[in-house]
Amino acid sequence: MHPAPSIIAFTTFSGLGFGLLFWLGVDPTPPKGWVAFAFFCIGFALAVGGLAASTLHLGRPERALKAFSQWRSSWLSREGCCAVAALGAMGGYGACLIFAGLNIAPLGWLGAALSLLTVFTTSMIYAQLKSVPRWYSRWTPVLFLSLSLAGGALLSGRVIMAMVLMLIAGGVQIWWWHRGDGALRASGTTLGTATGLGGRGEVRAFEPPHTGTNYLLREMVYVVARRHVLKLRGLALILMLVLPVALLLLPFHHISAALAVLCHIAGVLISRWLFFAEAEHVVGLYYGKR
Amino acid sequence: MTELPATSTRKLGLVIDLDTCVGCHACVISCKGWNTENYGAPLSDQDPYGGDPSGTFLNRVHSYEVLPDTGPAQLVHVPKSCLHCEDAPCVTVCPTGASYKRVEDGIVLVNETDCIGCGLCAWACPYGARELDAAEGVMKKCTLCVDRIYNQNLPEVDREPACVRTCPANARHFGDLADPDSAVSRLVVARGGMDLMPEQGTRPVNKYLPPRQRDAWADTSVLAPFLTPVAEEPRGFLGWLDKALDKL
Repeated sequence: MHPAPSIIAFTTFSGLGFGLLFWLGVDPTPPKGWVAFAFFCIGFALAVGGLAASTLHLGRPERALKAFSQWRSSWLSREGCCAVAALGAMGGYGACLIFAGLNIAPLGWLGAALSLLTVFTTSMIYAQLKSVPRWYSRWTPVLFLSLSLAGGALLSGRVIMAMVLMLIAGGVQIWWWHRGDGALRASGTTLGTATGLGGRGEVRAFEPPHTGTNYLLREMVYVVARRHVLKLRGLALILMLVLPVALLLLPFHHISAALAVLCHIAGVLISRWLFFAEAEHVVGLYYGKR
Repeated sequence: MTELPATSTRKLGLVIDLDTCVGCHACVISCKGWNTENYGAPLSDQDPYGGDPSGTFLNRVHSYEVLPDTGPAQLVHVPKSCLHCEDAPCVTVCPTGASYKRVEDGIVLVNETDCIGCGLCAWACPYGARELDAAEGVMKKCTLCVDRIYNQNLPEVDREPACVRTCPANARHFGDLADPDSAVSRLVVARGGMDLMPEQGTRPVNKYLPPRQRDAWADTSVLAPFLTPVAEEPRGFLGWLDKALDKL
C-alpha cells in the first residue's frame, strides 16, 4: 500500500495523543493548573493534529463531516465519532483540572476509555480489510493499542510503566512482522484464484491492461524499498524500544527524557511507514506484482 | 446507510466468457466513452498526450498466460470490472453512506455528492474495481450502465451495458442472475461459470466462463533432433573468456 505521509502522521500522532490522554484520564492524582495545561495541550495537539492530517488524504475534504453518519457499519465512521467523544470528555475533564483544580475522576475514566476505543477503531480500519492479508489480523489492534499505551506512558512521565509497555509493544511488533510475512501466502489468494485459471496450470501475467500506471498501482501496489525492510525494522526497534529504555534507565533528566520521547516517535514513524509500505493488497496479483 | 441489503430480488450482472474474449479492449473504450459523458463525474485523464499518461477506467482487460503441466501454453484475456458482489466489502466500509447496493437490482453504486474520496472502499475491494478520479476527487466504479439499462429513450437493443453492447466477440452477457431461467443463468450452469477469488468471501454476482479445452499438442516435430544445441560447453577462445570472466 502507498505509505501516504498524511496517514502515517495520522495513525502515529493520534495514537500517541490518545495514549497520553488515556493516562491523564486514569491518573488518581492528575496534574492541575499550568502543569495540567501543558500535558493536555500536548495530548490535544497530537490527537487533533493527527486527525487533521488524515483529512489531507481525502479527495473531497470539504465533505468530511458526512463521515460521522455511518457509525453503525463503518469503522472509519466509528473512529471519527469516538475521537470526537473522547476529545469532548477529556476536554471537559482537562478544563476542570486546569481552571478549577477540580478532579472529576469518572469523567476522566470515561475519557480514557473513549481514548482507547478511538485507537482501537483506528486499528480496525486496517484490520477489517481482508484484501490486505498482512493487516487482516486481531494482532493489528493489539499492535496499535500497545504502541499507543507505551507512547502515552512515556509522554506522561511514567518511567517504569513506559519501559514495561515499550518492551511489550516491541514484542507484539516483532510477532506482527513475523505473522505478516506469511499472511499473503496463508490467505490462499493467488493469481490462480484471482483469475479462476489456477486449476489449469501456472498462471503468469502476460500483458497489463495499459502501458502506463493507474490509481490502483499507485495506491495499492507499492513495491519500493522492500529490500531494505530488515534494516528498517531493526532501526524502528532500536529507536522505539532500545534507545528510549536505555535513556530512561539513566538518572532522570529532562533532556534524556525528551530524547527518549523523540527517539520513540521516530521509531513508531518508521514502523508505521513499514506498516503501509510492506502491506500487499491482493489486487497486485492481477498485475503480476506479488 | 451503508449496510448491505439482506436480499435483492434481482441480481443484475455480467457473464464474461474467457473462451471467446479476444482481448481487443473494445469494452474498455466503449465503457470509458459512455461513462465519461453520462452518469456522474467524467472519467478524467492525466497527461493523456504526454510522457506519463494515466486515467480513470471502470473496466480493464488483463492478459494471462497459463502454463499447463503438459501441452502448449494458453493465452487468456480477463476483462475485469465491478463484480457487484452480494457481500460487497466496499459498501460496508464507506463512512459517509455514499456507497450502496440497490435492493431492487443489486447494483453497487456511489452517490458522488456524498463521497469524500477517502479511498477506503478501493482498499476494501480485492478486485481493484474502484478508482478514485484524480480530477474530481470522488470514487468511480462500474454502474452496470444504470443510465442505459432502464433508459426508455434508447432503442430496446441498446438497453444493456455499453461493454456488452459493443463486444465484437459476443464474450459479454448481461442479465438477471437471480432468475434461474434467464439466459445468463443457463449459460453459467452449462459452462461451469466461476467466481473470481471465491476465498475472499465477497460472493460476486458477475461470473466468468472458463476457457474450453484446446486441441491436443501434436507429436514432436521431425525437425526437433536438428534443433538441439551443437556446443554444450564453450571451447577455445570463448571457453577461455568464460573461465576468465568467472574468475573476476
